[in-house]
Amino acid sequence: MSYTYKSGVHIDWCPGCGDFGILSAIQMALSEMKVEPHRVAVFSGIGCSSKTPHYINAYGIHTIHGRPLPYAIGAKLANPNLVVLVVSGDGDMLSIGAGHFVSAGRRNVDLTCVVFDNGVYGLTKGQASPTLRRGIKTKALPKPNINDAVNPIALAIISGYTFVARGYAFDIKHLKDLLKQAIQHKGTSLVDVLQPCPSYNDIMTKEWYAGEDRADPATGKSIPRIYKLEDSGFDPVVHNPDEKEVAQKMCNAIAKSLEWGDRIPIGVFYQNPHVPTYEERLTSRIPNYRQYPPALQKIADESMHPIVDLKKLMERFKLE
Amino acid sequence: MQLDRLVWRIGGAQGSGVDLAANVFARACAMGGLNVFGTREYYSNIKGMHSYFTVVASDKQVRAHSNNVHLLSSFDAETVVRHALSVVPNGGIIFDPSVVEEDIKKIPTMEREYVKRVLKMLKSEGLGENVKDVLELVKKRDVVQIPLPYLDLLKEISRLVAEPQISILMRMVNIMAVSAAFSLLRYDFEFLSKSIDATFKERERIAKMNVKAAEYVYDYVQQTHGNALKLSLLPTRSSENRILISGTTSVALGKIAGGVRFQSYYPITPAADESVYLEDSEVFELKSEAEVESSIMGKSGSIIVFQTEDEIAAITSATGAALTGTRASTATSGPGFSLMVEGLSWAGMNEVPVVVTLYQRGGPSTGLPTRHEQADLLFAMYGGHGEFPRIVFASGDIEEAFYDAVLVQNYAERYQLPVVHILDKALANSVMTCRSFDPSKVLIERGQFVSEKDLGGEYLRFKFTESGISPMARLGEKGTIFWNTGDEHDEYGHITEDPLLRDTMMEKRMRKLDTAAKEIPDEQKLKIFGEDSAPNIVVSWGSPKGAILDSLDLLNKEGVEVCYVQVKMMRPFPTKTMGRILSGAKKIVDVENNYSGQLGKIIKSELGIEPSHYVLKYNGRPISNEEAFHGIMSAVKEDKRRIVLRGGI
Repeated sequence: MSYTYKSGVHIDWCPGCGDFGILSAIQMALSEMKVEPHRVAVFSGIGCSSKTPHYINAYGIHTIHGRPLPYAIGAKLANPNLVVLVVSGDGDMLSIGAGHFVSAGRRNVDLTCVVFDNGVYGLTKGQASPTLRRGIKTKALPKPNINDAVNPIALAIISGYTFVARGYAFDIKHLKDLLKQAIQHKGTSLVDVLQPCPSYNDIMTKEWYAGEDRADPATGKSIPRIYKLEDSGFDPVVHNPDEKEVAQKMCNAIAKSLEWGDRIPIGVFYQNPHVPTYEERLTSRIPNYRQYPPALQKIADESMHPIVDLKKLMERFKLE
Repeated sequence: MQLDRLVWRIGGAQGSGVDLAANVFARACAMGGLNVFGTREYYSNIKGMHSYFTVVASDKQVRAHSNNVHLLSSFDAETVVRHALSVVPNGGIIFDPSVVEEDIKKIPTMEREYVKRVLKMLKSEGLGENVKDVLELVKKRDVVQIPLPYLDLLKEISRLVAEPQISILMRMVNIMAVSAAFSLLRYDFEFLSKSIDATFKERERIAKMNVKAAEYVYDYVQQTHGNALKLSLLPTRSSENRILISGTTSVALGKIAGGVRFQSYYPITPAADESVYLEDSEVFELKSEAEVESSIMGKSGSIIVFQTEDEIAAITSATGAALTGTRASTATSGPGFSLMVEGLSWAGMNEVPVVVTLYQRGGPSTGLPTRHEQADLLFAMYGGHGEFPRIVFASGDIEEAFYDAVLVQNYAERYQLPVVHILDKALANSVMTCRSFDPSKVLIERGQFVSEKDLGGEYLRFKFTESGISPMARLGEKGTIFWNTGDEHDEYGHITEDPLLRDTMMEKRMRKLDTAAKEIPDEQKLKIFGEDSAPNIVVSWGSPKGAILDSLDLLNKEGVEVCYVQVKMMRPFPTKTMGRILSGAKKIVDVENNYSGQLGKIIKSELGIEPSHYVLKYNGRPISNEEAFHGIMSAVKEDKRRIVLRGGI
């Protein structure tokens, strides 16, 4: 059985936009995982990337700027059987929604965040986003960027995300594999996706990532800036639930996340499968949470009266 | 002399157990068959600042507090200074004799301006600047003084309970103050003992110790001041099945009964108590007959209480939960609601049933964070960008708040829109005896849901219908994939900017409000007390209800023909019925806890009729029953157009 994840809605991104690659990778990942479309709910915020849910044949919830995470968490906790994706831009997740981004890490709800990371606010015509480095002047900026950039990988790790990866929008196959791992991971996962914006980011372009500005003197071929962590023998996984190993793996990942410029790593930076998910934490308090989550609970009997035993609840307020 | 209602007050530093002692007092009265109403005043502070609790007890129903106190229990200087003048002639003050020499100027927790006012008043009476001067002043008013040497008594109690550490026993001074009050009132000790047991249920040792201390003080006061007070309090027989409950708990129980299974919140006064109670009761038993019905169903139900990082996440996570078909709500106060309005607008646009329980407190900004006000009505009605349908519903007392908490869930789901359920601090933090909540009076009316089998063809989430209501689907169900967006959208939920589609969709959404206005019966929208043909109509909303109702008999005795209309449904407003009632009135008296008469403004905009008189209060304290009476009298008899009430401490 195969499922189509294309919704048929006209896609209005600019020609050459990195978003196309991310959309394809999401659709391919879900399709290869054979998840039924109705089990999937895709949440987004505001911006070009946040139109993504409309292009996917699955429940698609296009919310408000910066807030897709809390919407998604509410839905997932009410119905833990859902496969939940949060797809949003760097401005959405790391500026206006940064508080939610950090708080999500403390909970480890089983969902996957995909950040479309292009360094600019595209839909408002190219202002600097929180991942644009200081001093860079993309074409729509009147002056070079005055702010330093946030590091999404490091921020996710110290916030408690238990799967942290970076992909590249124009390496669809690699990105698809990352997304599959992220979705399969039990807990909150981040896939930060480097994504050229052909309209407003004239610095970190497709050509720049490919290293076309620098040629190997021996072969004459360009030297790509992007390399894969897995090719360098990097081991991101916390194998034992041991504090020392967790600390070591976190430090390794953060050190890797600081690489930029000539060599930019993609792949899995960090994975810790030993942290209980929020759903597991809830189950320890509400034993039948999994079988009988909020969305599946019956609330009224046939005569439309509450199903809960109200008399029992009121006992402690009785005056006898 | 036996009173038809007794007003008792206890004060003390925050963190010294005033609240607990007051609950013990209220419960002891209630256990003796009396009806009680208790209300709490406190600073935005954890320890040290002054707080007090007033309990009104009567064999008749009581619904409001009173500013005139019969008996004051105190164990510190500040309580004497602040409240002695509230005690009526023949009333009594229980105080610690060791505080009388204290210099009022040196009480650090009283605002400087307040101290100045007190000293000025004492000076005008030719008195000095110590606590004893306050007592001297009230002596002139025939107020009985009962010194209670707490420390000496504690030394005796220390031997009695075999606990040599006085510092540990110091925590019992509040119970001692309660016991002294009951002794003076000659109220049966048995009820106090039962109440202490019920309060310290899980801590038997502490309960025993407190009972012993209470008994010792009770006897001591009997021996030393047995007949000092002319007033007494008698238990009564009550056949009704009653409970003693607070406002926030009442709403929380209504949520569980009404099927709320997801509640989000960010801590804020005074709303947080509701969520804390819900979390404490997150797993609850189902009716035994329900267990048999379905095997997949567990033996227990549950509610997820989700503490968020801010109120934006509170409204948005509740909305996300609601998309799965779960009844979801959040509870907050003014500053939190301010953060929620963008999310409210999205819920309106996407027709998501979500309930915001809004406990108003003193504003603007941080305002009076632990005090009372009703100044967020217009905000609740209009907050949010763009035009979208919503229901705004206000409860007036603790008992109806339970049933209303169910109603608002029904409204939200039937009309697929956000509902703001407005309450306030006075209601939230009060306790009241009321009839045990009757589950047979609770009806759960669910919204229209579809699943795959109901569909002939593809599913249109925002299908154009005559009622404006498009059947909902739940995230995760097969065959009903849909899209939501904050953008204007087509019937699928995809973005559109087409002008015609915009008009059609806008009109469909807004039509739901007309449907709601038609379907919801008048008796849910407003309550009429008295004959609505009366020449004087009192209009009000929210918690002033108790004070108004408690003053109605007295107004009638004074020959003031008055009918009180409690407006509950603010949007859609009961325009027709209100128009009929108000158009025949000679005087319309609007009673509200705010500066500008917000209900009056709504009435004016809906009906073109303006209240002729306003009785307003905005000093952060709720309206007492005396104030309601005098306020309405001043409006009707003296024809004062704007009466500002300034009572309270």
